[in-house]
Amino acid sequence: MSELHIVVCGSIVPDPLQTLAPTEGPSGWALKNEMMLPAVLDPWAGHALFEAAALAKANPGSRVWLVSLAPKAKLQQVMMSVSQKAPFELVVADGPASGFTDSFETARVLAESIKGIAGLDTGKLLLFGGWQSASRGSGAVMQMVGEILGVTEQFQGVDKLAVRDDGSMEVKERIEGGAYQISVVSGAPAVFGWATGELPEPPNNPQTGMQNMQKNMPALMQAKPADLSGSGLRLSEVAVPQQRRETRVVKDVPVDDMAREIVEWLKA
Amino acid sequence: MSDSPDTPEIPRAEMEADIVCVGFGPAAGGFLTTLTRGLMNEDGTPAVESAAMPGMPPQVICYERADDIGFGVSGVVTKGRAIRASFPDIDLTQIPMAHEVVEEKVVYLGDPVGASRRPTAFRLADKALSRWMEDEAFELPYVPPFLKKHPGMIFSIGQFNQWVGANLMGTGLAQIWPGSPVAAPLVEGRAVRGVRMVDQGVGKDGALTPGSMPGMDMKAALTVVADGPVGPVGRHLDRELGLPEGNHQREWAIGMKCVVDLPEGCDWQPGTVLHTIGYPEPEIFGFLYVYPGNVASLGIFVPSWFDNPVRTAYRYMQHWMLHPYLWKRLQGGALRSWGAKSLQESGRRGEPVLCGDGFARIGEGSGSTNVLTGSGVDEAWATGVMLGEAVLELMKAGKPFTRENLEASYVSRRRASWVEAEARVAEKSRDGFVSSVVKGFIGMGLSGLTGGLLNMPGAPRKPQDRIPTIEDYYEGYIAHGEIGEIRAECARQGKSLHDALMDRVGWPQIPLDGTLLVSHQDALLLGGKVQAAPGYADHVRFADPYTCEACRERVCIEACSGQAISVNPEGGVPLFDREKCVHCGACIWNCSKSDPKDKERTNVRFLAGSGGLHSVEN
Repeated sequence: MSELHIVVCGSIVPDPLQTLAPTEGPSGWALKNEMMLPAVLDPWAGHALFEAAALAKANPGSRVWLVSLAPKAKLQQVMMSVSQKAPFELVVADGPASGFTDSFETARVLAESIKGIAGLDTGKLLLFGGWQSASRGSGAVMQMVGEILGVTEQFQGVDKLAVRDDGSMEVKERIEGGAYQISVVSGAPAVFGWATGELPEPPNNPQTGMQNMQKNMPALMQAKPADLSGSGLRLSEVAVPQQRRETRVVKDVPVDDMAREIVEWLKA
Repeated sequence: MSDSPDTPEIPRAEMEADIVCVGFGPAAGGFLTTLTRGLMNEDGTPAVESAAMPGMPPQVICYERADDIGFGVSGVVTKGRAIRASFPDIDLTQIPMAHEVVEEKVVYLGDPVGASRRPTAFRLADKALSRWMEDEAFELPYVPPFLKKHPGMIFSIGQFNQWVGANLMGTGLAQIWPGSPVAAPLVEGRAVRGVRMVDQGVGKDGALTPGSMPGMDMKAALTVVADGPVGPVGRHLDRELGLPEGNHQREWAIGMKCVVDLPEGCDWQPGTVLHTIGYPEPEIFGFLYVYPGNVASLGIFVPSWFDNPVRTAYRYMQHWMLHPYLWKRLQGGALRSWGAKSLQESGRRGEPVLCGDGFARIGEGSGSTNVLTGSGVDEAWATGVMLGEAVLELMKAGKPFTRENLEASYVSRRRASWVEAEARVAEKSRDGFVSSVVKGFIGMGLSGLTGGLLNMPGAPRKPQDRIPTIEDYYEGYIAHGEIGEIRAECARQGKSLHDALMDRVGWPQIPLDGTLLVSHQDALLLGGKVQAAPGYADHVRFADPYTCEACRERVCIEACSGQAISVNPEGGVPLFDREKCVHCGACIWNCSKSDPKDKERTNVRFLAGSGGLHSVEN
């Protein structure tokens, strides 16, 4: 068994259960109905966090940090719920989380925040994050954070990570065609962009939440504004995939006919 | 059956805070806003020290059942006097969907389909007003002053709660915990010592297993009960302590509403407020508020005095939307979200014990809703502010939260407030509805215009005492034998009795269009997106199974806002699917049978649960 220092990068997104529409507002591109929807921890980052918590639990002495670039007030609201699910220490960079920030700028802010973590031993560092994101799907941020921090062992689309007795780790990554690739890395430091992992979302535990928030409230209150001024990036066009749900209202059709039609549709 | 899960006494984790608040709605918003502003001195030092964590500011915790702090509530029009007092420089453009009221109308709706059960007075009104009606509707030239909300504001309570919550969290002086259902208060004698969280990882029946996590006990010097009319903590206290002499909670309504993208070219301007009366049934009121961005919140109230035992609100709401006056502006629109909530409409007469050793009650569950003006949010906020001021006063004076101290500081403020004065005017305003809808309207007018001096008499009855049999309600419309045949046919097909009966008495079928007029189940998918966290016990249970077995009305099934309660093909108690439950609480009061062990309650149990609607714009 070995002590691990796991840093999870994860931000908040508008609830992905509902459709978002991009629009250009007075301060640049944004999601039209973002303010209408509740914010949640990005589900991809959530998978990474729950895997990190389980790994830390299995390796006594390990620590977990959640590093988040997000608007402070909204992040605090989300953390009240997230902090009930797993023990972690929060590191906050106060900035936008709309999905329209340049990936490199985002990676730079996250890397600087990670460098500033007191007590972090980069020799034990496992850098976790989402392989994708519910708001930005380039899958590039975690790679760049790793590169800025000088971590060259990188894995994307990870569904399983097992630490062996000698400290090496077996990694199961998604590759094309629905297949998996199994790799072995000798140990930390390494970057893992998580797919959906294998763990379900843990239930809320108010006691864990209370203990987390006693440490995390000061982190939120003291969060400094993130410097994202150097971007200079302009988006010329933004589009989201069209919804694919097609509802057809039918009445007075026998259930057998409906079932037959659905089967034909599935076969096609 | 007990309201608490049937669990043996087991060791539970315990923690301590100074103040624990149950439920985050407008009342808790007013309380926490007022409280947190007074907890720190101007120089940044704590004005009061925590007893639970010496050296720190007071630990103030607020638990909210839903997954986020704005779920499962409603659009509202309000004078907003107390809210404006808390935020004198309020900028409504900072709150999504908020707007000043610019136009307010009361509209009498005629019956375009001929199926509405209109008493003679309404038929006469239809005839008398017909020459001035346009689109089968008559815009009243006069809005009684007691109904007017102008100048006022409209907003989505979900969005408002989010905004208030963000302000609060910015202070760092209160923690608001969503996704944290509270099971019950910790009661010792007549004192409250904190709350118990709901058990997790349990089966549907609530039984603890080796893998489950018993709910934690959060001890606190003061428990603030703000969990609304169906909240488990407030209702538990009502049973433990009883209601003050002469008070009762027998008047309810279900509010069913949706948020709609209006079609292009719709001439309703932001800030428009409509109140409708007369259709689809004279007992059912309608409301419509227009937000910025061509969006409207609209819906109906179905009150306890509407004596239809098969009172599914959803179809009535669709018929209301299809009224020509509304439909010509709604046609082509799209449903964005949908939801329902039950309202405690006994007002001040439903007031429970407001405080005791270690607890105080605020908001709708404390009887603050004004049943004459149809106003509750501002009143709830005001009661929260009053308690916030009282708590600061006691904390700064170093006085404990005893019944005497809370009565002297909180209840005395409330008794001297405009909330109380206006609630007294409203106290008897709806009594007339006990006899008939016409007497009810006359009674409201009398009470409102005479400041409560004159009222139409009537003694409110428990809902389960006034819900008639289906045969009685349809007497003269459908023969008993035919009702039996319809019942048998519906049972055979697993269909709603309500729809079949409405069809039979002449209501046209709803022309579903897939965007605005959608099936009830699609409304759950398109607009509500109900979430139910795994590992919790079912929160709707039935007290006495034999009572359910013998029941012929099954109003719980017909009135369920989410179609979450359904017929059990094997007989006995109805089935419950919490993945569809929107936590409106309609089943509690829309049950036609009393609990054999407690005649004041119905046979439906509504316990603490997680989940519910998953939209913050309702």
